[in-house]
Amino acid sequence: MAPGLLWLTALMIVPCLLIFVLAFYERGIYGGIDWNAPTLGNFRRAADYLYVSIFLDSARIAAITTAIALLIGYPAAFAISRAPARWQTSLLFLAILPFWTNYLIRTYAWIVLLNPVGLINSALIGIGATIAPLPLLYNEFAVILGLVYSYTPFVVLAIYSSLQRLDPSYAEASRDLGASALTTFLRITLPLTAAGVAAGAVFVFVLSIGNFVTPDLLGGGKLQMIGNLIYDQFLTARDWPFGATLSGLLIALMMLALAFQAMAARHAGGGHA
Amino acid sequence: MTFKTIPAAVFAAALSFTAMLTAAQAETLVISNWDGYMPKDMAEKFKAATGIDLEIAVHATNEEIMGKVTASGGEGFDVLFVSSPFAEALNNLGLAAPIDHSKIPNMANLYPEAMQLKHDPGNTFSVPYTWGTTGLCYRSDLIKTAPSSWNDLLKPAEDIKGKVTMLSTDRWLMAAGFLANGMSVNTTEQASLDKVRDQLVETKRALLSYDDTTFYSKLVSGEASLVQAWDGWCNYGIAEKPEIKYVIPKEGSDLWVDSIVVMKASKNPDAVHKFIDFVLNAENGKWVVENIMYKSPNKAGMEAVDKAMLEKYPNMAIAPADLLKYEQLRDLGEGMKAFSKTVSEIMAAK
Amino acid sequence: MPKVLSAHLAATYAFLYLPIAVLIALSFNKAGLPTVWTGFSLEWYGKLAANPKILASGWNSLVVAVVSTVIATTIGTLLAVGVERSRHSAARDALLFAPMIIPDIVLAIALLSFFTLLKFSLGLSSIILAHVVFNIAFVCAVVRARLKSFDWSLVEASRDLGAGAFVTFWRITLPLILPAVIAAALLAFTLSIDEFIIAYFTAGAGQSSTTLPMQIYAMIRFGVTPEINAMATIVMLLSFVLVLSAQRLNRGRIPGS
Repeated sequence: MAPGLLWLTALMIVPCLLIFVLAFYERGIYGGIDWNAPTLGNFRRAADYLYVSIFLDSARIAAITTAIALLIGYPAAFAISRAPARWQTSLLFLAILPFWTNYLIRTYAWIVLLNPVGLINSALIGIGATIAPLPLLYNEFAVILGLVYSYTPFVVLAIYSSLQRLDPSYAEASRDLGASALTTFLRITLPLTAAGVAAGAVFVFVLSIGNFVTPDLLGGGKLQMIGNLIYDQFLTARDWPFGATLSGLLIALMMLALAFQAMAARHAGGGHA
Repeated sequence: MTFKTIPAAVFAAALSFTAMLTAAQAETLVISNWDGYMPKDMAEKFKAATGIDLEIAVHATNEEIMGKVTASGGEGFDVLFVSSPFAEALNNLGLAAPIDHSKIPNMANLYPEAMQLKHDPGNTFSVPYTWGTTGLCYRSDLIKTAPSSWNDLLKPAEDIKGKVTMLSTDRWLMAAGFLANGMSVNTTEQASLDKVRDQLVETKRALLSYDDTTFYSKLVSGEASLVQAWDGWCNYGIAEKPEIKYVIPKEGSDLWVDSIVVMKASKNPDAVHKFIDFVLNAENGKWVVENIMYKSPNKAGMEAVDKAMLEKYPNMAIAPADLLKYEQLRDLGEGMKAFSKTVSEIMAAK
Repeated sequence: MPKVLSAHLAATYAFLYLPIAVLIALSFNKAGLPTVWTGFSLEWYGKLAANPKILASGWNSLVVAVVSTVIATTIGTLLAVGVERSRHSAARDALLFAPMIIPDIVLAIALLSFFTLLKFSLGLSSIILAHVVFNIAFVCAVVRARLKSFDWSLVEASRDLGAGAFVTFWRITLPLILPAVIAAALLAFTLSIDEFIIAYFTAGAGQSSTTLPMQIYAMIRFGVTPEINAMATIVMLLSFVLVLSAQRLNRGRIPGS
C-alpha cells in the first residue's frame, strides 16, 4: 500500500497544492500571478450564475452519458462473462482495441459518419427514411454520443471484473427456487456486481465532466462544459488563479458527491470493512 | 525477494529504464514550432551551414506552448514560434530576450513594413515569420450573393443558415463582432463587449459550428458554404476546390503575425541569432509561401515565388502596405478578465 | 448465452468498430483532407514509412504506455489489496479518487511546475511518472471492485498453513483476481497511450520525448493527414494478430476461471 500512497502524495498532492494555493491570489496584468494581494475574489467570481449553470449543464450531460454507457456496457460485460472462458480475455481486448488509435482521428471518423452530407445521413436519405438530413452533429446529441463511445469500454472492463467471479450457481439456485430471470438478476446478480457498476459509473462520469475535446469537435464548440471552461482559464485566458479556483470547487463537489454515495451504500447494507 | 520489496524493485527498475531512454544529449538549440511550419530538412541544412544541432519540438497551439513555458519559468526552449499577441505577452512577462539586429544580416530581407508592427516596432523582441488577414472564405457555387461584409457572416442569409462557421479561438471570434461594429479588435470596454456578445449569441443559432482547424475541409465537402477563416487556410480549400474564394470584408480585418521569439533563458545567444538569420534567408521565405501558402514578410522570399501561385491564390498578393492598414490583436492585459468572461457567456449560451 | 445477450454484444462491437472502419477507409484517401473522401490511394502508407517523426513518436507512446501500465498495475493492485484489507478511511478514499477528477490541465501544469522546481530533467521518464499518477487510481478502482466480493478466508487459510505474505499473494490472491488485474491493465494502457495534455506538459523538448498524440495534435494547424490513419490501421491490424495468436496459444488456459 505504501508505494502507491507515497506516489500519489509526492506526485499529485504536493504539486497540485502548488496550483490550488493560487486560488487565493489574482491574475497579474500579463497573465502571471499577483502575489501582493491575497483575496477571496475568485470564489465570488465562481459563484456567478454563468459558471454555476455551466457546471450544472456539464453534470447533466455527464449523468446522461453515464446512464447510457451503463445500459450498453452492463449487458455487454455480462455477455462476455458468459462466453466460453478461453474467449473472455480476447473479447475484452476486442472491446478496448479501437481506443488504441488516436482520439482525434476517431473523432474525425465520427464527423464523417454524422455530418449532414455524411455516411449516415446519405444512407438514411438513400433508403427514404428521411428527406432532409438529420441534425446528428455539432449538438448535444453528438457530444453525448462521442462521450458514450469513448467511455463504454471502461464500463465493460469495470463491470466485467466484478461479474467474472460471480458464481453462476447462485443464479441457477435462484431460478431453481422459482424466481423469474428478472428477479434473479435484480436480487442476485446486480447487487453482487454493484461495486463494478459503481466503479464504471464513476469512470464515465468523471471522465465526461472533465472532457474538453469532444464538446469542441463533435459539439462544434457550441457547448461549454466545465472541462472546457477550466482548460480555457488556464491556457486561453491565462488566468491560473481562477482556473485553480474552478478546479478546486469541481474536485470538492465531486468528493462530496462520492462521500454521500459511499455513505448511502454503507447504509443500504453494501458496507464493507 | 520479499513481498514488500517488489514495488520498490519495480520502481527502481522502471526509473533506471526510463533514465536510460532519456540519457542526456549534447548541447543543442531547442526550437518549438507548429509541425510542418518549417522545411523538413531545416535541422540538417542548419547543421551543415553552421555546425549547430537543432532539436525541434512541436506544439499544437499558442496557448499550449505559452502554458508550458509559463509553468517552467521559461526554461527548456531557446526559440519559440508563436502568434504576435503571445510574443507580446512573453515579453511583458519578462520571458523574451532582446534581439540583436547586428547578428542578423538577413533582417534586410524583410519588407520595411515588417519593421513597423505595432506589437513590436523595430522588432526588438520578435521577428515576423508569416503574416496575413482574417476574412471570409466561401463556396461561390453554393451561395447566392457573394459576401462582402462581416454582417454577411454574423447575420447569414436564409440560404446559408446552418452552413456557416466561425473561428473558435476567442480573440478572432470576438474580432468578427468588433469589426462588424466598427470597433477596435482589442476592445475590452464592458458596454461594447455586451453589445458584441448579444450579436454573437444571436449568430450562434445560425452557425453550423465553431471551428478553427477543419473549416476549409467543411467547405470542400459542402457541409459549410461560408466560414470565417485565416487567408492561408482558405488557400488549402482553394487548392482542393477552385470554387472556393476569399474576401476581406469591407469593414476590414485584423493583421495577424506569427513571429519568432528568443527566450531569455536561452544559453546560446549566438547560435539563436544564427538560427534566426538562417530562417530569414530567401530560400526559407520562399518555402513558407509555396508550402504553407501563407504570406511572408520576407521580401526576398516573396519575390522568388512563382507568379502563377499569386494568381491562383489572390490573397497572397496583398501588398505589405495594405496589410499594415489593419489593426493587430494585442495582449489585453488587465482587460483579459472581462473579455474572457464575455467569451464564456457566448460559448455557454443556448 | 441467451440470444438477446449475444445480439447485444455483437451490436456493441459494431458500435465500437463503426468509426474504426471509417478511419481505415480514410487511410486510403487520396487528398489530405481529414473528413472528405477524394479517391483511393496508397500514398499515405508510403509517406508514413518515410516519416521518422511519426514512427518515433509512436514508439515513444508505446514505451510510455507499457512502462506506466506495468508500474501502475503493480502498485495499484497492491494498493487495492492493502486498502480493502484495512479499516475504511474516508481521507484515503479521497486520495485514491482525486487523480480521476483532477482536470488534466491542472495535473499537467502542477507537475511541470513541480519538476521545474526540483530541476528534474524532463523526458519520457517524467511523462511516465505523471501517467502512473492517474493510472494508479484507475487500476486501484477496478481491482477494488473485484475485491469487494473476495473471500479473504482463503488468504487466511493460506497464512495459517504457514505460507508467507508473498507466496499467499502470488499463489492465492493474484490468480483469483487476475482477470480484474488484466482488465485494469488494459484500462491503464488505453488511458496512457492516447493521453495528450499531461504528456505535452511533462515532456522534454524535442523529438526524443514527443509522443504520438503530441505529434498528431501539433499537425492540426496544417492538417492532420491520413498518414495517421495509416498508422492506426497498422496498429489495429497488429493488435488483432496479437490477440488472435494469443487466443490460439492460450486455448482453455484462462487464469482465474
